[in-house]
Amino acid sequence: MSDAESPGNPTLTPDAQTDDFEAVEVFPDSTDMDLRPGADNCYKCTACDVSCPVAEVDDEFPGPKFQGPEQWRLKRKEDEAVDDSIMSCSNCMRCDDACPSGVPLSQMHNTARGEYVDEQMDKLSREYIRNRILANYGTLAQLGSMFPRLANAVMGNSVVQRINEKVLGITAERDFPEFATQTFREWWNERGGPQVRSDEKRVAYFHGCYSNYNTPEVGKAMVRVFESFGYEVVVPKQRCSGTPMFANGMLDDAKRAAGINVDNFAGLIPEGYDIIASCTSCSMSLRQEYPELFDIDGIEDLSAHTYEALEYLRIHEDLEGAVREASVDDQAFAYHAPCHGRNQGLDRQAVELFRQLDGVEVEDVGDSCSGISGTYGWKEEKYDKSMQIGADMFDHMEHAQGSVGMTECPTCSMQMEHGTGYDIKHPLQLLEEALV
Amino acid sequence: MAITDDVLVIGGGIAACTAALSAAETGARVRLLAHKKSTLRQASGLVDVLGYAGGDGPLSDPYAGLDALPEGHPYHVVGEDGVRAGLRIFDEAVGDAYRGGHTDSNALVMTHGGAVKPTARYPASVAPGLASSSGDTLLVGFAGLTDFDAPVAADHLAAAGVPFSARGVTVEFPKRFRADAKVTRFAKALDRDEDVDGGTVRSVLADTVAEELDGESRVGFPAMLGDDHDEDVRAELSDRLGVPVFEVPTGPPSLLGLKLEDILFDALDEAGVRISAGNPAVDFEADTGRVETVVVDQKSRPTPYSADQVVLATGGLVGKGLDSDRESVTEPVFGCHVPHPEDRYDWSDPEAFGDHAFARFGVVPDDELRPTDEDGEPHFENLRAAGGVVGGADVAREKSASGVSLATGAVAGRLAGEEATR
Repeated sequence: MSDAESPGNPTLTPDAQTDDFEAVEVFPDSTDMDLRPGADNCYKCTACDVSCPVAEVDDEFPGPKFQGPEQWRLKRKEDEAVDDSIMSCSNCMRCDDACPSGVPLSQMHNTARGEYVDEQMDKLSREYIRNRILANYGTLAQLGSMFPRLANAVMGNSVVQRINEKVLGITAERDFPEFATQTFREWWNERGGPQVRSDEKRVAYFHGCYSNYNTPEVGKAMVRVFESFGYEVVVPKQRCSGTPMFANGMLDDAKRAAGINVDNFAGLIPEGYDIIASCTSCSMSLRQEYPELFDIDGIEDLSAHTYEALEYLRIHEDLEGAVREASVDDQAFAYHAPCHGRNQGLDRQAVELFRQLDGVEVEDVGDSCSGISGTYGWKEEKYDKSMQIGADMFDHMEHAQGSVGMTECPTCSMQMEHGTGYDIKHPLQLLEEALV
Repeated sequence: MAITDDVLVIGGGIAACTAALSAAETGARVRLLAHKKSTLRQASGLVDVLGYAGGDGPLSDPYAGLDALPEGHPYHVVGEDGVRAGLRIFDEAVGDAYRGGHTDSNALVMTHGGAVKPTARYPASVAPGLASSSGDTLLVGFAGLTDFDAPVAADHLAAAGVPFSARGVTVEFPKRFRADAKVTRFAKALDRDEDVDGGTVRSVLADTVAEELDGESRVGFPAMLGDDHDEDVRAELSDRLGVPVFEVPTGPPSLLGLKLEDILFDALDEAGVRISAGNPAVDFEADTGRVETVVVDQKSRPTPYSADQVVLATGGLVGKGLDSDRESVTEPVFGCHVPHPEDRYDWSDPEAFGDHAFARFGVVPDDELRPTDEDGEPHFENLRAAGGVVGGADVAREKSASGVSLATGAVAGRLAGEEATR
């Protein structure tokens, strides 16, 4: 007998059963965002809790098992509010990777957080306003980039930083990332777009906010490396991937941005384009969160054609062969794999690849989370926890041979720099140096 | 163009790690393809080879029980040499972190339920607490940590007839956590020796336990005595208490299992094995009886990995290397033949701890560990299997799970590596 059967249900008395009765089919196949099968898959092994970097340092945080299947079950009762601890989840998504039973934990967290923000959060509260600003970093950066030197001076001013902390709850401990004097898109337009045309090898670049406004050198490296392999690169208009919005429960903002991104990218797929991201959180978002959270025409297609940059070249080109024949000046790197890269199975690829590159020493600084998790470490009340989570990584970086850091994730790179003072490079920058 | 290696090992548990290390010894270029975090974190961290066979047990010599195992058991395919090869690879990989390699005999290790289990290798932190060595024992549990009830475990030990006295006490951990705190939180507090009223976590814990100590010559705690600095934690507690301190292996999530996972993955790294973890192998492409490509589902996008030789080490029914529905049992990646009774009511025995057919479900290996079809012919000339996906052993009843994984992993990995580098 299945526990799906209710003893009080008169239509399901033992007499009424026939040999055709299949208890497992009592529930219809899930339609949009039915989380029941996922919740039922949880057998409470707590592997997710053990993998949670927040639970390890935050005694108030009940962990992913509660935030996911248990909270979902509690919510089946009427009048049951979402527990406010959901806002302490940093959305690193490590629990997804840890679950041996296929429970869609991060999807449950994103859904619960969205509901909490929508229905329970005071829209005039400091926390809501602060989170909205952090979640919409792209909009802020767009403004800042209009007058980058002025914006850098203002944001770097310690008085402004203290006001940010007091008024908004954005930590004054961190230096705001500097805006580039020329954005990636400005550079792209100035060079006149694609320098290589091809009918066979085509990619559309999802640069995201950070490599557009803050580190255009990463975007330029992407373009030059792909063009050196004969790819036609196009750069469609785009919005934020949505990652900081999911993490702050701003699902309406995220859906709006996703709609624009799906519109601008999915139409290119039939013309032979694949979508390439250089930020592992952007590729994560397009691949996993988009189809999990939103029902938009073409979103599955976009998900299935999105790749991280190195991943794409490893699959489609003899990247390792090319790297083995190249060489660069002697340099050593302390590499940190971002959680969102880890969740796509990409955590070892940079180290694996660059070990073949003459002149390069690269050391993996371990599997801990960097602790910043996008906007989490920017919140005044989370700053100390963020640094506690990152302590292992800082320690391993300092013991590594290199004194330059390497990672794919913009906010991990902020945290690495903040904790050690190292310069941080993106793997594409080293690839550009080696191959272009 | 696919990501290409000599040997591709599919799986992330002890069989896959052993197969990869074994293949790497031949000079082959090896990749481990693992889905999710390793199931080792669900495991006790103990390595048993054979505890019960042919109605006998617990066996003091696991090798003496090999002949009594039923026909078709994987140990018969790999032989005693295979078992020894697996243990050699394990011993070299773990170094000082494990004990038991000095002898062929099993040790009796106490479990968190107070049972004793015949085991070939055990973590160094477990060693002072062996039930097969004497010494009156105090077991200490913590209020709020429900996984280990020290008084009950001690009563079970005594009832099992161990030749020493065993007593259990429950104390308050020096630092109060939320009611459902994770074992990692306890371990980290000990690692960092956090400040608490009256001293630090380690010193206050030692003081608390010293008050309970009544002439016992060793003290056991659930396995959560530190993570990164576990040796320091144990040494300090032993020093303060004046008697050896040991860990009792716990159920999942198991810190001893997590540490074994770390040790084995470090060994893979050292051996030059490449690791791609996080996505499941779901399909394959074959040509004239050979597997050419393994297809991995990278977030719903098929991604090819190709290799000259492939080892399937995806685990059994629990590890999802075998799948079942109400009709049949299948091996989901390559569709290898898994014999099972047609009537599913014959899959299990009415007794909970009875002789279940399902326990022995798995692929049927030929003498080179290649899964065979209904006619006994290998499905593919370059596909081998290791660990829980291989049928024929009832590892829970035999206490042979790790040993079967080590032995079949060692042999399948070596054969694959030799073929690939030929």
